[in-house]
Amino acid sequence: MTSNSLVYLIALPLFGSAVLLLAGRRSDRWGHILATVLSGSAFVVGLVQFAQMLGRSNDQRAVTQKLFSWISVGTFKVDASLMLDQLSICFVLLITGVGTLIHIYSIAYMSHDLDRRRFFAYLNLFIAAMLLLVLGDSYLNLYVGWEGVGLASYLLIGFWNQKPAYATAAKKAFVANRVGDLGLSLAIMISFATMGTVSFAGVKEQAGHASTGALTAIGIMLLIAATGKSAQFPLQAWLGDAMAGPTPVSALIHAATMVTAGVYLITRSNFIFDAAPTAQLLVAIIGAITLLFGAIIGTAKDDIKKALAASTMSQIGYMVLGAGLGPAGYAFAIMHLLTHGFFKAGMFLGAGSVMHGMDDEVNMRRYGGLRKFMPITFATFGLGYLAIIGVPPFAGFYSKDKIIEVAFNAGGIKGITLGGAALLGAAITAFYMTRVVILTFAGSKRWDDKAHPHESPALMWLPMVLLAVGSVTSGIIFTHGNSLQNWLAPVVATSPAHEGELLKPAVVSILALVLVLAGVGLAIMKYLRKPVPSEAPTDVSIFTRIARRDLLQDDFNEAVFMRPGQKLTEVLVATDELLVDGAVRGVAHITQSTGRTLGMTQTGFVRSYAMWILLGAIGLLATIWVVTL
Amino acid sequence: MKWLTSLMLLPLLGAVLVATLPKAKELLAKQLAFGTTLVVAVAGIAMATQFQRDNVDLQFAESHSWIPTFGINYAVGIDGIALVLILLSVLLAPIVVLAGWNEAVGGRWSVKGFYVLILILETMMIGVFAASDVFLFYVFFEAMLIPVYFLIGGYGTGARAAAAVKFLLYSLFGGLLMLASIIAIYVISGEQGGHTFDINALSQLRLSSTTENLLFLGFFIAFAIKAPLWPFHTWLPDAADSATPGTSVLLLGVLDKVGTFGMIRYCLTLFPHASKTFTPVIIVLAVISIIYGAFLAIGQKDFKRLIAFTSISHFGFITLGIFAMTSQGHSGATLYMFNHGFSTAALFLVAGWMASRRGSSKIADFGGLQRITPIMAWAFFFAGMSSLALPGLSSFVSEFLVLVGTYTRYPVAAVISAFGIVLAALYILLPIQRALHGPTTDGNESLTDLNLREKIAIAPVLAVILVLGFYPAPLLNVINPAAAHSIAKAGFSDPLSAIDSKGATK
Amino acid sequence: MNAANYLYVSALLFSIGAIGVVVRRNAIVVFMCIELMLNASNLAFVTFARINGNLDGQVIAFFTMVVAACEVVVGLAIIVTIYRSRRSASVDDASLLKR
Repeated sequence: MTSNSLVYLIALPLFGSAVLLLAGRRSDRWGHILATVLSGSAFVVGLVQFAQMLGRSNDQRAVTQKLFSWISVGTFKVDASLMLDQLSICFVLLITGVGTLIHIYSIAYMSHDLDRRRFFAYLNLFIAAMLLLVLGDSYLNLYVGWEGVGLASYLLIGFWNQKPAYATAAKKAFVANRVGDLGLSLAIMISFATMGTVSFAGVKEQAGHASTGALTAIGIMLLIAATGKSAQFPLQAWLGDAMAGPTPVSALIHAATMVTAGVYLITRSNFIFDAAPTAQLLVAIIGAITLLFGAIIGTAKDDIKKALAASTMSQIGYMVLGAGLGPAGYAFAIMHLLTHGFFKAGMFLGAGSVMHGMDDEVNMRRYGGLRKFMPITFATFGLGYLAIIGVPPFAGFYSKDKIIEVAFNAGGIKGITLGGAALLGAAITAFYMTRVVILTFAGSKRWDDKAHPHESPALMWLPMVLLAVGSVTSGIIFTHGNSLQNWLAPVVATSPAHEGELLKPAVVSILALVLVLAGVGLAIMKYLRKPVPSEAPTDVSIFTRIARRDLLQDDFNEAVFMRPGQKLTEVLVATDELLVDGAVRGVAHITQSTGRTLGMTQTGFVRSYAMWILLGAIGLLATIWVVTL
Repeated sequence: MKWLTSLMLLPLLGAVLVATLPKAKELLAKQLAFGTTLVVAVAGIAMATQFQRDNVDLQFAESHSWIPTFGINYAVGIDGIALVLILLSVLLAPIVVLAGWNEAVGGRWSVKGFYVLILILETMMIGVFAASDVFLFYVFFEAMLIPVYFLIGGYGTGARAAAAVKFLLYSLFGGLLMLASIIAIYVISGEQGGHTFDINALSQLRLSSTTENLLFLGFFIAFAIKAPLWPFHTWLPDAADSATPGTSVLLLGVLDKVGTFGMIRYCLTLFPHASKTFTPVIIVLAVISIIYGAFLAIGQKDFKRLIAFTSISHFGFITLGIFAMTSQGHSGATLYMFNHGFSTAALFLVAGWMASRRGSSKIADFGGLQRITPIMAWAFFFAGMSSLALPGLSSFVSEFLVLVGTYTRYPVAAVISAFGIVLAALYILLPIQRALHGPTTDGNESLTDLNLREKIAIAPVLAVILVLGFYPAPLLNVINPAAAHSIAKAGFSDPLSAIDSKGATK
Repeated sequence: MNAANYLYVSALLFSIGAIGVVVRRNAIVVFMCIELMLNASNLAFVTFARINGNLDGQVIAFFTMVVAACEVVVGLAIIVTIYRSRRSASVDDASLLKR
């Protein structure tokens, strides 16, 4: 099937961003409205596509649109063409839907900022790039969107880059992402060298003929790409700092959409990972490590946004784990991605709402008891909270428990280890999320009298309410009659039947619930029963201190990459100056000094010249005499 | 119609006209120079429309006897690769004149002298790409040094005299090695049927492998100095540091391309076997250039030197693409030459404007420019993104083609070079963070944003970067046949993908 | 009579001239020494012409004389000019080109 309206999905927001950036201050008055309308129109286009897709039979649902031939050299042919299938439509609706809600929210949230127009231009740019990422029909087209969202993320993290720390955070995010991009570009090179094609359809067709070694290499490179974009171990360090960006950005880019691109990439490349078990196992392991890593960091953070960021990292770890479990897990990874998109975006917007009412204070130790002042924020945040810790029947329960269950049933030691990690992660998640809720909304007030907490305007709470509805209902909708699994079946291989499974679904659910309750209980004991100091206590154990320092991720990067890199740069600069250029200057110096030395014989005294001539003549004669002797 | 000769004569005519103006009429000299370069640019585009893109022979060919005693002809003719580079030269020239409207003020000589030199240089830039007689090429190759020498030494800043001499002597050294090779090949041609300097006739010679290797080295070192390839690069940062921004654009954007162009046109065509022999060494040098240039760029404290080192890294990519001997590598390298011309032009021009406003090009002297001069900051950011090869901008297409083309034959070299894209992020983002972001530092509060003339000068550059990023086909269509032809002439063909080659052996 | 004797005289004259050029400072004396060397060579030329029985050497001697005459004109003019401006005829003082 071909369609000629796919391009509008990208063109509408791209047009908005171009207009706002080129028109500059002239569009200050209406820029945010234009951007929101265009993002909304993209959502409408997405809905129309979705409706048309529903009207077709399951194997006819994918549509493509070829725009033009982009690069064509020898056998390397890449078209700029788009493909919308069952997997990408999920993302299109998530991106444009949540994206539009966040546009609306930002109109109010950014209303006092002089550069609001620029903010909306970047948001539209992000939407366009993200849509290109999920609509591209080849790895190279995806790559354009992949770096495009990186650029938008860089611009938005550094939106207030007059603060040096924020500018540094933006740069850090870009560089970490670039390391991931390196993986993606290598994956594309390998796949062209082995299979002669870089389009999804082409690679899917050829993957069966390629050697396992090549596929494993491609898989590992794709995994590196995913770790960069999705803040997975070991490239996770940028996400916490990325919270420097305005809160709507954290909600849209660093929670709901961009950071999940890695999961999309792995799921999209299922045909590679299914044929490369080593790479697939690595994916699962990385996911398991990250979900614990993020959860542990989450327990120690006092900054509400950083706590949520750690939680995002951890939740994406679940998705990556799911995607790493192969055909059994892809659909649940995507399901968790979608439900997470709702509840985490909702919670970030809630955090933004709290900050909005608290003069941009982010330290949860200065909050407390806010539920009375911000009832709507509390309610929506609370629903998101119930969803993320996995209380039935909220969305997270369906998606997360499924991933835990599939992990347990992966078989052998692998299953028990991965499942155990996922289960432990669920308990820690319950603990730190309860901590966030208690510190923010419950307990006694800890803010000073200058703050006047108040509920946010309707433009802000309306999107929060809609996202909360999503966090409540999406899980039921996606699992009702295995709807999402069946929907995705033509794109990703379907889950095999539960034969010889280790644990029954009900057992997993009960185990998880018990652990979640334990986590919640521990948090209540620790933070609700005892008063919370408004300064973080310093006499804490070494473990807490390490967790507060993000498990030493920055210290590691600085010690292993940054400082040696700086040293190497210094050494090379000195080498270039002294050795390479020194050789050139040395030759020049030798020439000069030779000239100067020889010039000393030129005394300027006629008689000495005459003397030399005489001696020369005598010498010449003597030589002739000796030779002819 | 004799396109190439007309194209070369036009700027020369302009130079004569500018030279006859009275010294005091500076504005008229500028306007005349700008008008001339604009006419040449239009003529160049008109010529490009007449180019038959699937014809791999030299087109618009002319040949007139010049010095019959030695069989030297005034012979010109271009293929797709040369066409792209001539287009680059004629398009950048008016932009350079317009962008550097006040560059000539404060020079050692008169303002009109600056424009006379620029116009003469333009003639020679066209000539060096158009020549199809080796001797004529050599004459242009060396004669080009003279206007650049005076442009750096007469109108530059800082230690301009030293930089100009370093540039001249370094290039001359390479040129003389090449001259020795040219004389030798001329003598050999005499032994094998008749003295000639015609490139097509010379490529038919039978050379013993030692001779071929030595002659190849003579040419290659000249081109490696010009390009510049590690370790022959040290003249470039000094020259770029001292030259005016406009001169730097022409120097890095166009002149240095003569080196990489020469590798394709002369090294591969005349000495295919020696090219094959030396490929591993050259690949290593190219990879070192990429990584080394990137690290040094990170370590620079001055904008102009930083851009010079980024160029060394990019020239490493171009050389890598050429000697990967695949059609992707070759087309990518040629496209890279064009794209690098534009992205470096953008970087240098904006950095030049920043430096002339601030009175310094030290990165540390700037801070928070984005709040003070948003348009200038944006232009620099855009140029920087192009330099780090962001997808959607032109450099990405060429850089990726080079990497893909290299990977199919030399995977290790491609993987190491690919680290250059991470380093590129650092060398672009670090100065952006220091100069454009953060609080506004002392001395920057009163800087003015780009004026209308500067906006008009930079806009087409940025537009070309953006358009070619999404639609490189107009250039690739011209380059591809020529690139494929030059690979075939050197005796290579694209490696099959692993699957196809398995199928072939079955 | 033995022609070689003339050659000995020529060599002697030349040596005196050469040593004079090297050791004397006064420009006029140096000049005279140069003339001495020229005439020594003239003597040698004429002697060889006599020995070989042809006129070649004599012709060259005439050339030498003409050249020597020109040289005297130019050289004396330079010496006089230098003496006028510097009040010295010492060749060691005239090393201006060095500096």
